[in-house]
Amino acid sequence: MTIRHEERPVLTPHNLDETELLGLFRRMALLREFEERTAEQYARGRIWGFCHLYTGQEAVAVGAVSALTREDYVVTAYRDHGQAIAKGIDPKRVMAELFGKRTGTSLGRGGSMHLFDREVNFMGGYAIVGGHLPIATGLALAVQYREEDRIVATFFGDGAVAEGAFHESLNLAQLWQLPVVFVLENNLYGMGTAVERASATRDFHPRAEAYGIPGEAVDGMDVLAVREAVTRARDRALDGKGPSFLEMKTYRFRPHSMSDPGRYRTRGEVDIWRQRDPLRTFPERLIEEEVATREQIDVILGEVEEEVRECIAFAEESPHPEPADLMRFVWAADEPEGEDGP
Amino acid sequence: MSMREITYRDALNEALHEEMARDPSVLVLGEEVALYEGAYKVTRGLLARFGERRVKDTPIAEEVIAGSAIGAAMGGLRPVAEMMTWNFAILAFDQIINHAAKIRYMFGGRVKLPLVIRGPQGGGKQLAAQHSQSVETWLAHCPGLKVVCPSSPADAKGLLVTAIRDDDPVMFLEHEILYNAKGNVPEGEIAVPFGQAAIVHQGSDVTIITYSLMTLKALKAAEELERDGIHAEVIDLRTLVPLDMEAVLASVRKTNRALVVQEGWPVCGMASEIAARIQEDAFDDLDAPVRRLTGKPVPMPYNRILEAQAVPQVPDIVAEVRRLAA
Ligand SMILES: Cc1ncc(C[n+]2csc(CCOP(=O)(O)OP(=O)(O)O)c2C)c(N)n1
Ligand SMILES: [Mg+2]
Repeated sequence: MTIRHEERPVLTPHNLDETELLGLFRRMALLREFEERTAEQYARGRIWGFCHLYTGQEAVAVGAVSALTREDYVVTAYRDHGQAIAKGIDPKRVMAELFGKRTGTSLGRGGSMHLFDREVNFMGGYAIVGGHLPIATGLALAVQYREEDRIVATFFGDGAVAEGAFHESLNLAQLWQLPVVFVLENNLYGMGTAVERASATRDFHPRAEAYGIPGEAVDGMDVLAVREAVTRARDRALDGKGPSFLEMKTYRFRPHSMSDPGRYRTRGEVDIWRQRDPLRTFPERLIEEEVATREQIDVILGEVEEEVRECIAFAEESPHPEPADLMRFVWAADEPEGEDGP
Repeated sequence: MSMREITYRDALNEALHEEMARDPSVLVLGEEVALYEGAYKVTRGLLARFGERRVKDTPIAEEVIAGSAIGAAMGGLRPVAEMMTWNFAILAFDQIINHAAKIRYMFGGRVKLPLVIRGPQGGGKQLAAQHSQSVETWLAHCPGLKVVCPSSPADAKGLLVTAIRDDDPVMFLEHEILYNAKGNVPEGEIAVPFGQAAIVHQGSDVTIITYSLMTLKALKAAEELERDGIHAEVIDLRTLVPLDMEAVLASVRKTNRALVVQEGWPVCGMASEIAARIQEDAFDDLDAPVRRLTGKPVPMPYNRILEAQAVPQVPDIVAEVRRLAA
């Protein structure tokens, strides 16, 4: 397999220039703003169904995807707005999908849990816990088979580790030395169940080692630590050394979904994690290390607010799918839907 | 017996409370059933009353939820396993189809499996393709499983009591939309027998055969048709296995016309099965071909306009009946 990433610098904070560092902040700020406004739109009845916000975990998606190329595949679970936007899907089309509109990433068929965009190799959000891990493994098989110069990064929650599909995927990925990075977002809860009440062991990365896959714990509230770890894992995969497993220690600030009252954890616990909010700690660090000024940070915050306002306007104005198109897309032979078609 | 009005959710909850109090071998297990009291709050109060030994939160691991219920049943317990929704129970279909349905027969009847797997299914809340399915056909297809689909609070309670006391594996399919539906439920112990359909609306012109949420839609349709002078009889099957074909045939012999309504996909569905049996056993009584009204053969779309189109609605039932009665 050819390796074409050799010229890439070792990615420590000091090797990223100001634009790149501010870019990471900007993307995290965009995800935060997007989710806050999504919550409002949900409350106003414009978004329906199950809707899981990414608030608190931004450093994982942004840090991880910043270590990937556009060609690299991403496959994730239903809490997918963050990975989707980080991967480069136009947030307008994400919002339109949440509104169920024809201009959405899945033409209004999928909703919040099922974003998709082939253009940026975002291969979907899936709503069956653990169900996408075998699919990510299969994508990696295709990459290996076709000797392509890319990898697969797959994101999943701590809850998925209990499913058989997780174990089957890890074993196969290592057995066949597939170029896949397993990114576990350990936010300490699967719905209302704390990790220690659902898992026989507290840490998950040693489980990967049981399959011979290098596993490592990463500070998931630190965008640079995430980026660095995923960069190494990606390099390994491109070198033909097979899968890696990264356990991101993170936290969701909001309840599991828009329909969860979230009574199973204390205010105090949430507050402790909020101290480590990447949207606060990262800009503080940038200012401290004189990479950016408070004014620059504020400008970015204003810009993302405007950007998300535009997303909502776009989603609002977009048309619903044509009722006559209900049965379209069941079969490959169905032609793409007019101007929206792939 | 005195009546009071309670929700479908509370009716199920009462059945669990009463059966756990009555029989110490009954235990409840599943995702979020204990501390969180169920994703849909059907298991409310169980942990507080019966403790962790009998009310067990599990990891997100449907295969071992179903499988451990089977093993526990073989070991002398009466487990009630909750599937957060039946969509996730699909992960446990190996345990359900290959194991629960087969074990008793495969071992020459030497063992029984008194277990219940219960949870909601169905669409209507914009939960999209992976969270809106109806699985009763897949289960009813497989010999060895009893399949229950209550439509009212009273049946939800009475059928769950019967399910827990039954010595075979019972697949208990609730409808997500029905949890908040209210209805009269008698005070105290009730057990609704399996295999007895209910005539929920009397009529002489057309028989509408259905179950679960579609019963409510069929009733609304029947009321509307009544205003046009069309008298539809509505049969709620209540249990699909065992299936009360006698009630269906008796009604069809009276009305000479039949429409079967189901939410799920058409191919090889319950509606197809019932239509086939009517024409086998009551062909000479029919004045028109048996009609099926089913969900469209499409994964459930998220968009609300498309979703509403994907499953039968009251006006669709009315239109079908009018066509049949014409
Ligand atoms: C197979 C399956 N079982 C149950 C569910 C219901 N469910 C949805 S999310 C969730 C919790 C998952 O937790 P985790 O994997 O930690 O991800 P997080 O929500 O924390 O991002 C559960 C139980 C499901 N979607 N799929
Ligand atoms: Mg989690």
